[in-house]
Amino acid sequence: MLGRLGAAVLLTLTLPALAEEPVTTFTLDNGLNVVVIEDHRAPVVVQMIWYRVGAADEPRGHSGIAHFLEHLMFKGTEKVAPNAFSGIVEAQGGDDNAFTSWDYTAYFQRIAADRLDLVMEMEADRMRNLRLTEEDVDTERQVILEERAQRTDSDPGALLMEQMRAAQFLNHPYGIPIIGWRHEMEELSRQDALDYYQRFYAPNNATLVIAGDVEPEAVRALAEQHYGPLKPSDAIVPRDRAQEPPQLAERRLVLADERVSDPYVFRTYIAPERDPGNQAEAAALTVLAELLGGNGQTSVLARALQFDAQVAVYTSAFYSGTSIDDATFGLAVIPAPGVTLEAAEAELDRVLAEFLENGPDLAALERIRTQVRAGEIYARDDVEALARRYGEGFSVGLTLAEIEGWDEALSAVTEADILAAARKVLDRRNAVTGWLTQAEAAPAEVTPAAAAAPEVQE
Amino acid sequence: MIRAVFAAVLALTLPAQAEIPIKEVTSPGGITAWLVEDHNIPFTALEIQFRGGTSLEAPDKRGVVNLMTATLEEGAGELDSRGFAEARDALAASFSFDAGTDSVGVSAQFLTENRDQAIDLLRKALIEPRFDQAAVDRVREQVLSNLRSNEKDPGTIASERFDLLAFGDHPYASSGDGTVDTVTALTRDDVVAAHKSALARDRVFVAAAGDITAEELGHLLDKLLGDLPATGSPLPGAAPWLLAPGVTVQDFPSPQSTVFFGQKGIPRDDPDFFPAFILNEMLGGGRFTARLMTEVREKRGLTYGIGTYIVNRDHADMLLGQFSASNDKVAEAIKVVKAEWDRIVSEGVTPEELEATKTYLTGSYPLRFDGNGPIASILVGMQMDGMPMDYVTTRNSKVEAVTMDDIKRVAARLFKAADLHFVVVGQPEAL
Repeated sequence: MLGRLGAAVLLTLTLPALAEEPVTTFTLDNGLNVVVIEDHRAPVVVQMIWYRVGAADEPRGHSGIAHFLEHLMFKGTEKVAPNAFSGIVEAQGGDDNAFTSWDYTAYFQRIAADRLDLVMEMEADRMRNLRLTEEDVDTERQVILEERAQRTDSDPGALLMEQMRAAQFLNHPYGIPIIGWRHEMEELSRQDALDYYQRFYAPNNATLVIAGDVEPEAVRALAEQHYGPLKPSDAIVPRDRAQEPPQLAERRLVLADERVSDPYVFRTYIAPERDPGNQAEAAALTVLAELLGGNGQTSVLARALQFDAQVAVYTSAFYSGTSIDDATFGLAVIPAPGVTLEAAEAELDRVLAEFLENGPDLAALERIRTQVRAGEIYARDDVEALARRYGEGFSVGLTLAEIEGWDEALSAVTEADILAAARKVLDRRNAVTGWLTQAEAAPAEVTPAAAAAPEVQE
Repeated sequence: MIRAVFAAVLALTLPAQAEIPIKEVTSPGGITAWLVEDHNIPFTALEIQFRGGTSLEAPDKRGVVNLMTATLEEGAGELDSRGFAEARDALAASFSFDAGTDSVGVSAQFLTENRDQAIDLLRKALIEPRFDQAAVDRVREQVLSNLRSNEKDPGTIASERFDLLAFGDHPYASSGDGTVDTVTALTRDDVVAAHKSALARDRVFVAAAGDITAEELGHLLDKLLGDLPATGSPLPGAAPWLLAPGVTVQDFPSPQSTVFFGQKGIPRDDPDFFPAFILNEMLGGGRFTARLMTEVREKRGLTYGIGTYIVNRDHADMLLGQFSASNDKVAEAIKVVKAEWDRIVSEGVTPEELEATKTYLTGSYPLRFDGNGPIASILVGMQMDGMPMDYVTTRNSKVEAVTMDDIKRVAARLFKAADLHFVVVGQPEAL
């Protein structure tokens, strides 16, 4: 996920759990889905609008336009002066921001609950009335190029992940980075942004989540008032993207960069996502990631590679299945000093083979179930995180029952489910294995970083 | 320029004042804590801070408090590392331990249904950590891996270089994580000694929020902390400020330069603190309307983000900032920063700018108290900063009381463009 501003969001596994807080949903006549999550402990409200369009829906050759538009959405409308949007929210004591993923683009404000009317009016206004000048677009393009330089080009680990993703997806646009390829970002135009905006930003392509100290009926009245008059787009069609063919050949990449300190092995496998109508397999993979690498002391990889054999200083496994199309299941190992990447990877594969043979430790599985149940309690302390869960779930096509049933799906995962999912996914023909290694510092050598060096002009 | 519809609503009244009923709890054994009771959700958030942190270390033991803190949960009492983690997970409790420059922090969240067992387990980690040699060695390798990674991270290189230039031989001059050499040389005895010197009752601050009564919290405090040593190591003295104005460039192979800059700041208890706080918010607050964000990012596209911060450590006060910019643009970005540093003194700010910043600060303050976790964390921070309990209700009036005259006077006192030092890590052009 890429934000308009802020630290990179790392893939971390959490065990999501849904609230016992009251959740109300309804749909306006123009197709806008609305979710209201009540939490009356503090006089705060979060408004989030989630558009069901993201980087994977970009026209080919225009990578980065979804994220670029996200930046440009703060430039103003007929009612809001250029670059004044955030200032108006801030002057009311609120904060606002936005983020883009492959499947969705979301905008949010966090503000005193009695200011909901204002931010709803502003968010509804920019859904259809954005104004962009060429100058806005030219300056903001420099900002996204700086963003790419800061978050990707300056970080060899991020470059490796970008290359691995491109190799993982043979046909699906999930292989294209959200920020965009630099050479395509440099060409993104005002017209590209407006075309994309006019086609996809509409009430019938969005979910509005209002969470906090609010009453559903009052939210409904405000939503009718501000969003109700907006015309739906007739260009919204089901997202039917190019799908992956069978993946038959393992892919291996090596990225050498003089900025690398400790080399590491990173591997991703193509994996099923949470499918509307069936999220059991995704639940099994979520538990599998937790068992393999979710805990620095007790997980399978930590025990085997850090405690028993001491060939690694760090291990991890991760999986996030909330997507429209195929997800990835990932593993990472940082070898101990003196252990080669080859040896560390061989140990990793040995441990995975053993796991597939022996299956999970039942006590560990039981602890995870306990944490899932407790997670439902802890999750109620953070209404913004709950808002994200509903917004994301609806944005990838899950139903309310499926979003709310995720904990139950996790709790229902059996030993057999885990083994079946692991045997299906942990197959190296489905995998990309990346080695991040040190390169000698030599001026003449063209490192990947240098190759990606910017040719940005004022 | 059309400001019509939305600008008009600025006249709205401010949101309700935060109503945070804080109680001071003193345990039968004499340990005090601040508490906000809220029985809506059956769990408690507990925050503990021990003043001192990594600044307690001798120069040749740099990194020992960090290594000690990271090893607290790697076995305690009769439980080894794995046994401890399994017990914690079976209770669905979460504990985290953090070694900071001025304090060691402990954050815990536990369910009401097994609170006693969770506290027993946390007590083991704080009072009876095992520091098994194997665990110390394993965690040491992780620390060393982080240190090697930091050596190639431009942001860390820049901030460490800055500290070295500013603080001479004070502990603030070097990273609390230590160096590869010092951490490699640390022994188990060093770790045990660091535990005794850093975790003591004479320096502990505690806050809790959630499903717990004052009486329950009192008993919990004695059980959890009562057996810690009464006193720890002496705290370090004031840090010198040796930073000369200028630019330091450190070569690093990257398309961007990472810049860390700053000057001397203003103490937290200075009568001019609130005007200074508001001024920093206007100049470099992490928001899109701050002057530096407007000038460096929005108008010129020179960076993805820029911010400045009033930093009050226990023994030093600083005004710091950071950003990244492409190597061919960083010189221009630095010029803009200096110009803005001057402009806020020479031109001052407009009454509208001051008003908008005040309404942001006062309006956003109550929004921070939106959960047990955030509340406990704010409350322990207030105690560390020496704030009275009613600060929560007086803080906004202190912001509102700041006048245009205050701003003018304090701007001239605070912002010294000629004192700024910029550490630039990258391959900057034309610097």
